[in-house]
Amino acid sequence: MIVSTPEGQRIPATGGQTVGPFFGFGLPYEHGNEIAHPWSPGAIVLSGAVYQGDGNPIPDAMLEIWQADSDGSIPQARGSLHRDGHAFTGFGRTGTTDEGGYLFWTRNPGSVDGAAPFFAVIVFARGLPDKLHTRIYLPDDEAALAADPLLSSLTPEERATLVAVRTEDGGLRHDIHLQGEKETVFLAY
Amino acid sequence: MTDTTVAPAPESLLAAPDQATQQEIVREIEEVHAAHARAVADGTYRGGQTLYDFPPYRSSILRHPTKNPKLVDPETIELTSPAFGQRDVAAIEADLTLQHAGEPLGERMVVRGRVLDGWGRPVRQQLVEIWQANSAGRYIHKRDQHPAPLDPNFTGAGRAITDDDGWYEFTTIKPGPYPWRNHRNAWRPAHIHFSLFGSAFTQRIVTQMYFPGDPLFPLDPIYQSIPDQQDRDRLVATYDHDLTEPEFKLGYRWDIVLTGQHRTWFEPEGDHR
Repeated sequence: MIVSTPEGQRIPATGGQTVGPFFGFGLPYEHGNEIAHPWSPGAIVLSGAVYQGDGNPIPDAMLEIWQADSDGSIPQARGSLHRDGHAFTGFGRTGTTDEGGYLFWTRNPGSVDGAAPFFAVIVFARGLPDKLHTRIYLPDDEAALAADPLLSSLTPEERATLVAVRTEDGGLRHDIHLQGEKETVFLAY
Repeated sequence: MTDTTVAPAPESLLAAPDQATQQEIVREIEEVHAAHARAVADGTYRGGQTLYDFPPYRSSILRHPTKNPKLVDPETIELTSPAFGQRDVAAIEADLTLQHAGEPLGERMVVRGRVLDGWGRPVRQQLVEIWQANSAGRYIHKRDQHPAPLDPNFTGAGRAITDDDGWYEFTTIKPGPYPWRNHRNAWRPAHIHFSLFGSAFTQRIVTQMYFPGDPLFPLDPIYQSIPDQQDRDRLVATYDHDLTEPEFKLGYRWDIVLTGQHRTWFEPEGDHR
């Protein structure tokens, strides 16, 4: 469709469609999951798995994360697709493994404007008719989490689906459930 | 007489006997659309254009959320977007016919359009990615087992950065329709997958562009997961003879509108059964 509405008037948006099964050769790219270089100072692993309603992992999902740097600044550097090994661009993308797993090398996002720090996350998958937005919060600052407007509006069970677990090596572990008992809280803006 | 020149579909491609017929899928689509129209009419539907709970698309049954999404005020990070630029994308990535030593087979075409926000303002210097099947309807992906030929001169993935007026352009080969295993004799209408970023992460979109007049439209549960015809029309490119180049390639126009205020609710479970 050609949009002929003049600028300044409201136009209906283009609808989303499933990413389908064959995005693997089009969207994931080399080092897409290395937002921070694995050997750089402060680099941590954020990992987990994506599950469907019957508890089985989803091997053909794709996750994107977008985050602040550790000091709370919003990255403005280009170069997420061709990483130079040092610029922190804040954006990562990865497909899930045959076991539904995902893994990002990144840094802990810092607090932006005093808010509880989190990763902004989008989930795509074969069988998922449109994108889903969610968040992965850092578990460390209990006071910040308690003051978060979204988290404080949720039941403890719902809240648990949005807060990562800190691993022994300082990384983060977080699973996403598209459906079922542990269904992740998804967001609308 | 048996045609021995065409390889039979691999076992994994043959539909299981308990799969629905095309007729049953079309009936299910019509039922969901009718229930959706009633929900819109009585004001109980507050979701977006695409139905997450759309059983005719079988693999969605276990993969759609059953709870309403939480309506939140976006935080600062969600109101910004990753930045891409010419450093990320080489100009040649926008021409899918030049990525190999030889010319790919099929109908050479160009698709050109603008990326706009909900107020018609251009989305400048942002990333557009596409991926698609070849002219025979085969993806290069290892999981595609459709017994149609691969084209050694066609991969089917491209990238571009929009210009300062929001324009993108790709030269490619028109993809073919292809079979899938959603139901018996299921075929996807020809389409190109598009992935776009806006100026806010909330505007991110992955969708599919279709070709005008495709007879498979009423049969396809993915295209039909958008119940409103006007919304579906927005996914269909327009043939543009002025964009067609004599003796070289056919021209299509397709504009994409992103929105910041997504305001998507999921329809309550069981609402349209």
